[in-house]
Amino acid sequence: MTRLITALIIGSIFGAGLAIAGMLNPSKVVGFLDVFGDWDPSLAFVMGGGVLVNAIGHRFVMKRKAPIQCATFSMPTSTNIDKPLVIGSVIFGMGWGLAGLCPGPVVASLFLNGQAMLPFFGLMIAGLLVGRIVMRRLV
Amino acid sequence: MTIAWASFTPMSAFLGGCLIGLAALLLMMFQGRIMGVSGIIGGLFGTASSAERGWRLAFLLGAVAGPIMWQVITKAPIIWQAVASGPQFYIAAFLVGLGTAIGSGCTSGHGICGLARFSPRSLIAVMAFMASAVATVAIVNHF
Repeated sequence: MTRLITALIIGSIFGAGLAIAGMLNPSKVVGFLDVFGDWDPSLAFVMGGGVLVNAIGHRFVMKRKAPIQCATFSMPTSTNIDKPLVIGSVIFGMGWGLAGLCPGPVVASLFLNGQAMLPFFGLMIAGLLVGRIVMRRLV
Repeated sequence: MTIAWASFTPMSAFLGGCLIGLAALLLMMFQGRIMGVSGIIGGLFGTASSAERGWRLAFLLGAVAGPIMWQVITKAPIIWQAVASGPQFYIAAFLVGLGTAIGSGCTSGHGICGLARFSPRSLIAVMAFMASAVATVAIVNHF
């Protein structure tokens, strides 16, 4: 139960952060990606702030033997730079550029604009599941 | 290239970014998990245990609740302006899911978490999706 409550609180910090940052507005996101047009560099500061806080804190957290609420740190094990990593990221970038939405903001704006976001969320999950099948075929 | 000074909001962007980074840090500190939203959603499906599903659902619920609480507290509406509709909007949704599953991560997992851990894999992923997104917007807006 306490694990669920912390996850809920952490999720809401994330969601509020996205809202404050302007990440929930697809038009703002595309303004950032529109480097060759009227460019709004704001969202570089989102990435900057996020990476900065996390990078500094991460060093201290990793000195712990284990996380506070579970037995082990679950870190990604794969280290090789392969075709799926690059091709998948390129496909994701296309989707991100087309609608100005990446998975975090999709979830966080589900109730801000449910009429548009619920179908988007559903199709995104369909894409996730198809992608997983593709990955299984590749490996 | 021109800079859109009228819509430039570095302070709120940085503050929001810091909160996103803090959330990523807390998730690692408390639950030992990378805060990658595509991965958190993906883990809801398949053979996950109920404890595995639980924290994921709680996190996602929190992510939905966070902006609503922010809106209630500040009484400032959160702006949402679509840039796509119809087929473009729905194709985008499918591509976002497909790409993050094949590329093992999105802006939060590879971006906020991967870069902070100095993961070479994440750095390549971020460069790939940034370049692809910038190229896509350039094609849609200027050709």
